Amino acid sequence: MSSEFTAVLPIGKPARKRGSVVVRALRNPSGLVAGVVIAIVFAVAVLADVIAPYGAQESDLSRLFEHGGDGHLLGTDGAGRDVLSLLIYGARSSLIGAAIAVGVSMLVGIPTGLIAGFYGRWFDQIGTWISSAILALPGIVVLLAFRASVSTSMWAAMLVFGVLLAPSFFTLVRAAVRSVRNELYVDAARVTGVSDARIISRHVLTIVRAPIVIQAAMVAALGLMIQAGLEFLGMGDRETASWGQSLNEGFQNIYRADHLILWPGLALGITIAAFALFANALRDALDAADAPRTPPAPPEASSVDPSVVPATTGDLVSIRGLRIAYGSGDDASEVVHGIDLDLDAGKVVGLVGESGSGKTQTALAVLGLLPDGGRITAGTISIDGRTTTLTQRISMLGRDIGYIPQEPMSNLDPAFTIGNQLVEPLRRHLGIGRREAEARALALLERVGIPEPERLMRSYPHQISGGMAQRVLIAGAVACEPRLLIADEPTTALDVTIQAEILDLLRDLQQERGMGLLIVTHNFGVVADICDEVYVMQMGVLVEHQAAGDLFAEPRHEYTRALLGASLEGGPSRRQREKEQLR
Amino acid sequence: MLTFLAKRILSGLVLIALIPSLAFVLMRAGSSDVARQILGQTASEEQVAARAAALGLDRPLVSQYLDWAGRALRGDLGVSWFTNEPVAQAMATRVPATLSLVIVTTIIAAVIAVALGLAAAYYKGWLDRVLQVLSIAGFALPGFWLALMLVVWLAIDNPIFPATGYASISDGIGAWARSITLPVTALAVGAVTATAQQVRGAVRDVLQQDWVRTLRARGISRGSLIFKHVLRSAGVAGLTVLGLQFIGLLGGAVFVERLFAIPGMGQVLVTSTAQGDLPLVLGVVLVTTLIVVIVNLVIDLGVGFFNPKARLS
Repeated sequence: MSSEFTAVLPIGKPARKRGSVVVRALRNPSGLVAGVVIAIVFAVAVLADVIAPYGAQESDLSRLFEHGGDGHLLGTDGAGRDVLSLLIYGARSSLIGAAIAVGVSMLVGIPTGLIAGFYGRWFDQIGTWISSAILALPGIVVLLAFRASVSTSMWAAMLVFGVLLAPSFFTLVRAAVRSVRNELYVDAARVTGVSDARIISRHVLTIVRAPIVIQAAMVAALGLMIQAGLEFLGMGDRETASWGQSLNEGFQNIYRADHLILWPGLALGITIAAFALFANALRDALDAADAPRTPPAPPEASSVDPSVVPATTGDLVSIRGLRIAYGSGDDASEVVHGIDLDLDAGKVVGLVGESGSGKTQTALAVLGLLPDGGRITAGTISIDGRTTTLTQRISMLGRDIGYIPQEPMSNLDPAFTIGNQLVEPLRRHLGIGRREAEARALALLERVGIPEPERLMRSYPHQISGGMAQRVLIAGAVACEPRLLIADEPTTALDVTIQAEILDLLRDLQQERGMGLLIVTHNFGVVADICDEVYVMQMGVLVEHQAAGDLFAEPRHEYTRALLGASLEGGPSRRQREKEQLR
Repeated sequence: MLTFLAKRILSGLVLIALIPSLAFVLMRAGSSDVARQILGQTASEEQVAARAAALGLDRPLVSQYLDWAGRALRGDLGVSWFTNEPVAQAMATRVPATLSLVIVTTIIAAVIAVALGLAAAYYKGWLDRVLQVLSIAGFALPGFWLALMLVVWLAIDNPIFPATGYASISDGIGAWARSITLPVTALAVGAVTATAQQVRGAVRDVLQQDWVRTLRARGISRGSLIFKHVLRSAGVAGLTVLGLQFIGLLGGAVFVERLFAIPGMGQVLVTSTAQGDLPLVLGVVLVTTLIVVIVNLVIDLGVGFFNPKARLS
């Protein structure tokens, strides 16, 4: 049955990864148990003719309603048939029925949902209509009418049932696709000329696979259940052994022989549970496959420049021996390997390095906002000269520490207006009323250079541009006048012309309010424009620390020189260019 | 938003017209000898032919359909071929029972599933594992099997609740609640677990959004973060699932009504399709379609509330 689940994996992914996801799912104990149970049920279904001690319809009328033992391990039913053999043959028909339902509903629901969600227009309208129409037909009436008028075959009924369940995939896939269709990265892919098929397989299927996996398990379980339910209501084929048929006959004799409902009920419950468990394990494995890969080992300690060890401690922030790791036990991987960093009040410090160097992790550790699974394993973070705990730093957020994220468009809650998002922290931290908070928010928006602040307050994030959003995020970060501002690549996602404006705004705000600013960046242009001091990180280790001016004049570490060479490309900095223009 | 709503209402009306027509075709294509079934084996050929003519079965399908549709438009759903009970009256007595089951189950499922799914996604760890186990256990129990176990345990062995029958709200809220407790429990277990799983998934996805970290960095309270911001974004997925659940429960009610002998739409459905009682079948289909269209409209409104982006499209 695993093919039903692997079939929904994104087409664009390499086969190697596809295999490893199943392996990963089986490594999880519950996934392994579920996989083994499914495999056993499968094997039993396939080998029924070989392993069943009696034929499915082989009856011994002299031995009715016997309990287990004496040649019949689980006893006999009201027709003298062997309960175990009925159970074994029942696995076959139950699995076939479920497979038909899952296969048909996915085959119909997923492609139509993708097309409807992605292209919209008439196909979407007609698809949604048909989907609602099918949903509006009570499934059971269709099955009853179908059985009365077309065919009494259970397989045909399961095929119809698969079609009836297709809308659940259609709706799920369509909704998920619609929610990502207008996301920036999909637009970006489209603009750069990526084909629709590739966008769907790369971006869209990645988003929808988890709900599809859950839905597939639900449909498999529903298939098993509806089949058993129909047979239980007496609609089954009496000549074919199945769990539902056994349940039906068991119920009719419930007072004479309760073992007759026990075994088929258990078989049904365990098989359905196995499908659900396996889907869960697979989903968890898919999630884990998306997680960032383990970074390479750190460079040798001898390559660290002695200049990185600071002579004095910073009076605003002082980090000593900070180590950050993800995961636990043997799987733990350290991403920051013991760094020291200092920031004085009112100063601007740059933390530079390529992506994966641990600079963002360091900044998030100061904020106390490391992603799931990340934690500080060693070292201290002092603020105002006092060592802080995680809880203490979190309680300082918003009031004493401000944060400016990298990607403006994804860092505002899409469901609330800009005004709402600015006002809420103001009211909480300053204990002021709504009206006063709104007035402050308006003044802030004006300060960060937004032309029509009243209108912006009423806007939703999807209605404003990236540059505007970043100004809003800066306004939010400095709203409660923090003494420490941490900015993670604040200009990277922006248009070049807007980058300079945002940087100017940041510098002005920093100087005007005397904040200490820790700015994480890979861009030496930013460093040259704004920083007093620079720390350079490589693979989780600090390799250089200098005053900004000295670093450009005389980079000591070869990695710094390489970075400088790569980012400046020999050209003058913006400040130098401006000076030249003024002459 | 208004044009969006108008469009949805219009498409709902088309559905209401379309679905009973499909049901009509499906039913008429199959059952051929209804008049014989109504009168029984002892009736003469002449009697059967006379009855077929009286029901209009000798006329072309299209004319039969137009006749039914024309009267339905005027609010006349006809009379059952087998019991002579007016269909509208049959619906009026049966719909409240089914809706009692389905609405109460949906509300219970929504409350418990949101609480469970949210807690599991937020706290993770052992709580999440407990939900997984509960989900799978609830998921794996066939509803009708669970219903029978409940009857044996809480109605026969320990007669706390009635094993069969339905008391309407007008008989007293206590009697009504007692009569639907077991059927609702049997229906709710599956609905809760399925919905809780989807809520958990949606909340986990939302918790990984960048803006959640930024909101945390703004120092807003945990309660506000979870119940105002995260829940609202996860609400779109939650509502969609609840809508599907509601419609699924309409089908699940068929089994439960049968087991508990509750005179609801499911009962009517099973007997009327088996007999080929066309007016009753069409009545059930029409009412069900109406309910589904209304539920979908409510969900559309809810999604518009939760997601401002959806209001524009």
